[in-house]
Amino acid sequence: MIPELGHFALILALVVALVQGSVPFVGAARGHRGWMELARTGALAQLILVGFAFFALMYAYVTSDFTVVNVVANSHSAKPLLYKIAGVWGNHEGSMVLWVLILSVFGAAVALFGGNLPPTLRARVLAVQAWIATGFLAFTLFTSNPFLRVFPPPSDGRSLNPLLQDPGLAFHPPMLYMGYVGFSMAFSFAIAALIEGRVDAAWARWVRPWTLAAWCFLTGGIALGAWWAYYELGWGGWWFWDPVENVSFMPWLMGTALLHSAIVVEKRDALKAWTILLAILTFSLSLIGTFVVRSGLLSSVHAFANDPERGLFILLLLCITIGGSLLLFAWRAPALKSGGLFAPVSREGGLMLNNLLLTVACATVFLGTLYPLFLEAFNGAKVSVGPPFYNKTFVPVMAPLIAAMATGPFLTWKRADLSGVIGRLKVALAAPPAAVILALYRQGGPVLSVIAVGLAAWLFVGALSEWAVRVKLFRAPIAESVRRARSLPRAAHGMTLAHAGLAIAIAGMTAAASWKAEEVRIMHPGESVDLAGYTYRFEGVNSVLGPNYTSDMATFTVTRGRRFVARLTPEKRLYTVQNMPTTEAAIHTTGLADLYTVIGDADGSGGWTVRIFHEPMVPWIWAGALIMILGGAVSLTDRRLRIGAPVRQRKSPAGAAVRA
Amino acid sequence: MTRKRRRLYMVLAGMLLLGGAVALVLAALEENLNYFYSPADLNTAPPGRPIRLGGLVEEGSVQRKDDGLTVTFRITDLAESVPVTYKGILPDLFREGQSVITEGTLGPDGTFVAREVLAKHDENYMPPEVVDALKKSGQWRGGGAAAQ
Repeated sequence: MIPELGHFALILALVVALVQGSVPFVGAARGHRGWMELARTGALAQLILVGFAFFALMYAYVTSDFTVVNVVANSHSAKPLLYKIAGVWGNHEGSMVLWVLILSVFGAAVALFGGNLPPTLRARVLAVQAWIATGFLAFTLFTSNPFLRVFPPPSDGRSLNPLLQDPGLAFHPPMLYMGYVGFSMAFSFAIAALIEGRVDAAWARWVRPWTLAAWCFLTGGIALGAWWAYYELGWGGWWFWDPVENVSFMPWLMGTALLHSAIVVEKRDALKAWTILLAILTFSLSLIGTFVVRSGLLSSVHAFANDPERGLFILLLLCITIGGSLLLFAWRAPALKSGGLFAPVSREGGLMLNNLLLTVACATVFLGTLYPLFLEAFNGAKVSVGPPFYNKTFVPVMAPLIAAMATGPFLTWKRADLSGVIGRLKVALAAPPAAVILALYRQGGPVLSVIAVGLAAWLFVGALSEWAVRVKLFRAPIAESVRRARSLPRAAHGMTLAHAGLAIAIAGMTAAASWKAEEVRIMHPGESVDLAGYTYRFEGVNSVLGPNYTSDMATFTVTRGRRFVARLTPEKRLYTVQNMPTTEAAIHTTGLADLYTVIGDADGSGGWTVRIFHEPMVPWIWAGALIMILGGAVSLTDRRLRIGAPVRQRKSPAGAAVRA
Repeated sequence: MTRKRRRLYMVLAGMLLLGGAVALVLAALEENLNYFYSPADLNTAPPGRPIRLGGLVEEGSVQRKDDGLTVTFRITDLAESVPVTYKGILPDLFREGQSVITEGTLGPDGTFVAREVLAKHDENYMPPEVVDALKKSGQWRGGGAAAQ
């Protein structure tokens, strides 16, 4: 019964979306207040309906209702509860319901907290949200219905892919979707602004928190995915420039650009058309990401689905959304009045450079990801583009961006004094040589990696320098600095944190990619191997029984010189229901490096294939990502962002009397 | 400067950057495109260049060498088969009869020396390239394995 109710709720939600997408538009054009308010009711109704459908599906999973096809395909009665719940979104159909749920959450948030938006703008934004919801609800209901039944029900499910029975990966899709769908808010605002014909500071101040929240979640989702690949897949790598990874990275790049250009719109009323275009492109890339992952079009390490019919539907959705919005942009953007002038060396100029470089970087990733597709369409050749391509194209574009990032926060609006900026960065200028010398001493090369580490150091100290200058650190008494720090807008702290976090992450990425050490060999119990100063002693392998798997668990004792460091227990598991093996790496982190061990197959005569990695500075990647997210979160708490539109203070006699 | 001139400079800067990126991309693409070959058309592959070879792992062909780490097996599209050697730990889903894609170079003696062996994350999933290779060799046996 419950799945049927869930199904019905989804159908109702589609109807509501259709109404919410049409009536408020007419109302906004005619100034009809009641019809505009319908948008708010519609958004809330959608949330309730889609929420109900989502929880109906979750109920089916938690009670292991095997009359529902989706549950049969993706669950099993022996699965732990957390993964039964995660199984709701660990498959195509369920993840679409999650997508629409998050879409309706954001829509409802605008309905509830958008009180001080101009009513016409709010109505139009919610209407555009409803259009997106219509498209995806239709897709779900017509091609990916999670509530299909099967009679008679099988005795048990076919279980979730053991690779996905993992806490990191359980939260990876929700976080990613919060990011992707969060950018739909920026998109809706952009389309609404285009239709309205007006982009102003209030609009930018409204778009920023949503974009910032979406960006935080997307950063978290990407980092979680990379971290999961790192510890689960057993290859010691965390990023493979795989199409599925790239399609999550591209919206991140454009979203970062959007965040920064929205600042210019808010502060200087300039770059309006460009910001609108960025909002459209960011969400379009999120949609393209959905298409690529679900259509089976590109061969990838972790492709989601292999179904052309669904792919065609999404392609249609993409064409209508992206084509329509770009058309609207071409038609209406000239109506947006351009804003203030600025000199090339200025904060606006710096932010424009940021945008340019990020966009070009995104374009290189886009090319590398989709080129195989185009080539196959044209001459049937099947190709793949691997990491060397991205190292040669993406990295050289990002390098100048990192270099400029340290100076950016120092630049003033309209016109900046570059020599003065460099003067304030004196301390930061000492950082790259120090880092380069350290890297050369410890590692000796390669040249590009050493330079990259120098750049990361430059950015890190530069970001901190800016903060130090603002609170007059070391130039005024501590109490004064603390007072200044307290009264700084939160967004300033957020910026420092985010930029510093990026620097840490880049240092980690460079070191991990350049100075990784690996040992692959057959080992017998009692043997030892040395790697990067650590000694790994192979103690042996035991058979262990888990809840739904059997495992060969190896034990390694790791020492450094005489000092005991860790005992590592990598496993090779066999999940019984699916007869699927997985590798569970054992990782010990020293904060500066990861000691990574993997056990392979037995060779039949007492030896085991063993793989040991020494991964320098990998923990810094995760730490850097966390600090970036923290920076974004801190920025979100900035009081200025809570005020939607500037409220004119009306001085009334009664008010004055009360105040006095 | 006037608005128009500023806009002109911005556009020029953007195009310069884009042009530079395109140059980088084209240069990088030349060397880094890995073409995919099935066993049937492997003889058209350029020797010495990194390529991808995919198909099914031939039943009964997996053998471990004496040093324990090197593995030899044959990849087949059910019409022709190619010997492959690989040194390292094989991925979890590598199994005889399952589809696999390898990256490496074709050796002078006709053996494919694999640097990487990629087996997919799900036993029901078959990479589209392998599906096409099987179709070409006339041995494709229906859509069960390809659908999710």
